[in-house]
Amino acid sequence: MKSSVITFPGSNCDRDMDVALKKFGFKNKMVWHADAELPKSDLVVLPGGFSYGDYLRCGSMASKSKIMKSVINFANSGGMVMGICNGFQILVETGLVPGVLLRNKYLEFICKNVFVKINNKQNKYFKNINNEVLELHIAHNEGNYFCTNDQLKEIEDNNQIAINYCNQNGKLEDQFNPNGSIKNIAGIFNKEKNVLGMMPHPERMIDTCLSGEDGSLFFKNLINNLK
Amino acid sequence: MKISVIITLKKDVLDPQGKVIHQTLDGMGFNDVNEVRQGKYFEIDTKETDNDKAKAKVEDMCKKLLANLVIENYKIIDPK
Repeated sequence: MKSSVITFPGSNCDRDMDVALKKFGFKNKMVWHADAELPKSDLVVLPGGFSYGDYLRCGSMASKSKIMKSVINFANSGGMVMGICNGFQILVETGLVPGVLLRNKYLEFICKNVFVKINNKQNKYFKNINNEVLELHIAHNEGNYFCTNDQLKEIEDNNQIAINYCNQNGKLEDQFNPNGSIKNIAGIFNKEKNVLGMMPHPERMIDTCLSGEDGSLFFKNLINNLK
Repeated sequence: MKISVIITLKKDVLDPQGKVIHQTLDGMGFNDVNEVRQGKYFEIDTKETDNDKAKAKVEDMCKKLLANLVIENYKIIDPK
């Protein structure tokens, strides 16, 4: 399976993602934002970081970069595109997934492990994963998912919520919502479920010495689903 | 020609920064403030000399980059 990780000026989780993808069997290529063509890929990843210094709105500049035209075409033709953290912010700015990510409700940069409940497994990202709840890491200042009421209705009608913040038993309550996101949303799909944006970093949970293994579950499952 | 744009958050969108500014003003003794909403201001110096064309271009910029219309409104200030 071939993957591509896009590096924007200010991306800083691109190499972590490269390590994670390779560890679980992807042949990964790093792609520079100013390139026009995507290499042949089964998965494209927009990594975390602070593209363009978060100027204007997080992800807004990166969403207009040269490579993104190819990424958008790839996504619109059914290609798998995953945006993590700043990558999620870039995805909402392209319009590939609905909504926006606002400043965290309590104005704090949040850096900690959280639990997320998988809301929809009818897709290549989460199909066949045994766990209902994953422990993943978040590190962001703008992760407060917001959308209009009309958009929320559409998202729910199409079962586009991928994961929600919860406790370790999978309980969705306000107290387990770290950033003020509507409905504890931590990640969403496009309508077709080939594009996934999420705030948590699975690439930071692939080594028991450093953190945990729930990211490993995610990547192992993902590559099997793509085969 | 210089054109100015003001971007503001829509009414229903939470503005925690505005809220904190409000609280700070309150703490400083400015007790009669009802609400503070923070926005952005842009000055765009364009080569276009026709007023209407310049405004139309800036409007396009607002829709495509400067504002995110899910959460923000934009207002173009007439250069006259």
